[in-house]
Amino acid sequence: MTNLIKRKKAERRFQLYGIFAVSLSLLFVLTLIVNIFSSGIGGFYKTSFLMEIHFDQKLLKLEDNPSSEQIEDASFRKLISYNFKENFSQYSKDEIKQIKKLFYRKIDKETQSYLLKNPQYLNQKVELLFTASTDIDQIHKGNFNRNIPEKQRSINNFQLGIYDQFIETGKVKKVFNKRYFTSGDSRDPESAGVASSVMGSVFTILICFLLSFPIAIFASIYLEEFAKSGKVTDLIEININNLAAVPSIIFGLLGLGILLNFFGLPRSTSLVGGMVLSFMTLPTIIVACRSSLRAVPPSIREGALALGATKNQVVFHHVLPLAMPGTLTGTIIGLARAVGETAPLLMIGMVAFIMNVPSTPLEPAVGMPAQIYLWSESAERGFIEKTSSAIILLLIFLIVVNFVSVYFRKKYEKKW
Amino acid sequence: MFYPVLFLLLLSVVGFYLNKNKSVYLSKNQKLASLPAYYGYLAFLYIFVPAIIIWLGLLIGKSFILQNYLILTLGDSLSVMNSDEINLFMSKVKNLSLGISFGNETDLEKFAAEKIISFDKIFSLLTYLVLTLSSILAFLIARKKVIPNFKSQRTVEKIVNRFIQICSLIAILITLGIFLSLVFETLNFFSYVNPLHFLFGLNWSPNKAFVIDSAETIDKDILRDAFGIIPLLGGTLLIAFLAMIVAIPLGLMSAIYLAEYAPKKIRDFSKPVIEILAGIPTVVYGFFAALVVAPKIVMLGKSMGFEVSSESALAAGLVMGVMIIPFVSSLSDDVINAVPQSLRDGSYALGATKSETIIKVILPSALPGIIGSFLLAISRAIGETMIVVMAASLQANLTINPLEPATTITTQIVTALTGDTEFDNPKTLVAFALGLTLFFITLFLNYFALKIVKKYREIYD
Repeated sequence: MTNLIKRKKAERRFQLYGIFAVSLSLLFVLTLIVNIFSSGIGGFYKTSFLMEIHFDQKLLKLEDNPSSEQIEDASFRKLISYNFKENFSQYSKDEIKQIKKLFYRKIDKETQSYLLKNPQYLNQKVELLFTASTDIDQIHKGNFNRNIPEKQRSINNFQLGIYDQFIETGKVKKVFNKRYFTSGDSRDPESAGVASSVMGSVFTILICFLLSFPIAIFASIYLEEFAKSGKVTDLIEININNLAAVPSIIFGLLGLGILLNFFGLPRSTSLVGGMVLSFMTLPTIIVACRSSLRAVPPSIREGALALGATKNQVVFHHVLPLAMPGTLTGTIIGLARAVGETAPLLMIGMVAFIMNVPSTPLEPAVGMPAQIYLWSESAERGFIEKTSSAIILLLIFLIVVNFVSVYFRKKYEKKW
Repeated sequence: MFYPVLFLLLLSVVGFYLNKNKSVYLSKNQKLASLPAYYGYLAFLYIFVPAIIIWLGLLIGKSFILQNYLILTLGDSLSVMNSDEINLFMSKVKNLSLGISFGNETDLEKFAAEKIISFDKIFSLLTYLVLTLSSILAFLIARKKVIPNFKSQRTVEKIVNRFIQICSLIAILITLGIFLSLVFETLNFFSYVNPLHFLFGLNWSPNKAFVIDSAETIDKDILRDAFGIIPLLGGTLLIAFLAMIVAIPLGLMSAIYLAEYAPKKIRDFSKPVIEILAGIPTVVYGFFAALVVAPKIVMLGKSMGFEVSSESALAAGLVMGVMIIPFVSSLSDDVINAVPQSLRDGSYALGATKSETIIKVILPSALPGIIGSFLLAISRAIGETMIVVMAASLQANLTINPLEPATTITTQIVTALTGDTEFDNPKTLVAFALGLTLFFITLFLNYFALKIVKKYREIYD
């Protein structure tokens, strides 16, 4: 009798272990996602200060009705320091310098772009929004504890006082950070954006798709429909299986050794990145395509053959279109994996500091995950938030892609 | 760079329609051996295939021709340089021709850059000329074949079949490429360092090779204990082991619970959610390990009185383990589901509880498959790069203490090859030797895993 109770207890215990394991795994997913989202969502916003600017014509040395070239050539330094003196006239020179540090370093460029967009501001006093410096931005978002001793923070007590004053007078605003989506990388977290890396990833994936998709389909057709079983076919099969298991960094070494060093293709470009990633996605697509080719029932083939089609016509006109949904699902999954792949990009130099948004696959570029890597290595606090934001974008993209692939499968996949 | 391809496609499509129209016209009076479209396809293939091969050849040969052209035109001034200087000169001139200037170029370099620009123009003009000529020639040949008794369908299908056969060979070519590039550079590396010192050395300090660089003489005695792989192997195995400690129990127990106990609703929800872990890019895990997990572990260690490094093997190992959970669980799930129901029924009939059935019947019979999945997971852990690059240390440390920093093979490959890469010193070449080692380790593990899984499958099918 005691034995039975013991066994039942053991049974319950075992089941509890299982529940524990599953819930712990689910907890990991939750922690990861909550952590990334909570630390990154702020990166889409930036703290800005309202400040009155007097666009004095004389200080800018501009004529009446200046052209945009003239505005571009004008120096806004003097104008800015004049306006700071005006707005904070009760403070000493040294204190004004400290106040200026609450703003983004390139405040003169911001002022300039305001005037470029609105030439009628000339000689007027306008209240405009200016980006706050990354340190104050982090404090405002609560990512940085302002109560630690003064010596340990980059913002001193006087600056904090001014900042509190700004808050009281309602001069602090949280605005959508448009620049994050339109500009490339930068040394300053205030102006760094993901545009160049997103473009780099788009080109890379495009090249990867253009190379791997047709080759994989043709290879699968050959292996599934035409190949006679023999030594060569076996060798191909073994190789495809092996390639699927080779660590991604080895593909990076292949790209470096063969594509860059031997063929002399340009370093750091999406072209090489796409080629390397296509080597990795090839096996995934081949496996998916072959299994969907295999799933097409023989009756389709026999019907077509009976009507007098040649073997090629059977395959290309009847079997392949029916196998397409499954193949596309596999392709999407393979490409989604390639988007997140970082290690091969490190090997071929797609981790450079890229400010310009690339417009062709032959320009130096950086991939989205490589950008995440670069930013995460940066010591500045503002970049940590940027990294999380970039990760959010990447994850959202992957989730969308996965839903699309599931939708595809549900909608078009036929069960015979 | 890709405009010639578009140009060729255009020519081929034009050829297709010209030939098709002619055969349509012919077929009004007499019967053709194939459908008109096949005469069109014939023209398309005849034009496109040889021309694209010519284009690729020109593309590959271009830099070689350029170099020789420059040496010919600048002959005297280049003859005083040695090969290193020529390489430097070439890269500087190429940058200059692309408009990248550092403002310190000599007149000779500027002259050469102008030569390159004019060469580029002539070369691209020549490319188009050659492609057009070959297309016209090919079209004329295809045109002659538009006759009633020529079976163009058969020819087209033969070409297509040959083409897809070549496509299927690419898998072999890639493997060959990996192997050759790794072996070639590894041999290069072994000309500096004795393979035995590499494989059995207990010291990893590649910076020693850096010192030699400046002295310009390579002293093999110093290199002797600079490139020992053992500490890296130790670190790699330590981190993989930690990852397995997390992934194996959690993955296996999740798989068992979801396959045997969980109600359908929970299974349908939990399985895809756990699979999310497999879809998250590794760089995200790396970020998480370095910025969230590692500081927490340091804090926790401090509160318990342990000295924990901020780049401890533990942080990287734990996070890697989380990443591998879905890998273990989905593979084990497949194997557990493959165990025939009759085995379970037999065990229940003898009065065993569910857990006893699982432990004493299902797991033993699924064991080969489960071990196979473990091996695959280990090979995944060993080859994983981003987590360790971001969270593990750079400094080699032969230890089994997970609280100490450790480095891995993949981390060192990345460190050796990011930044300036000059392929004439052992410090960068060692990356390929490490890559080859990694390649063999993972190949070996996968081979074994697949073999075990296959053997198991044969029993029940």
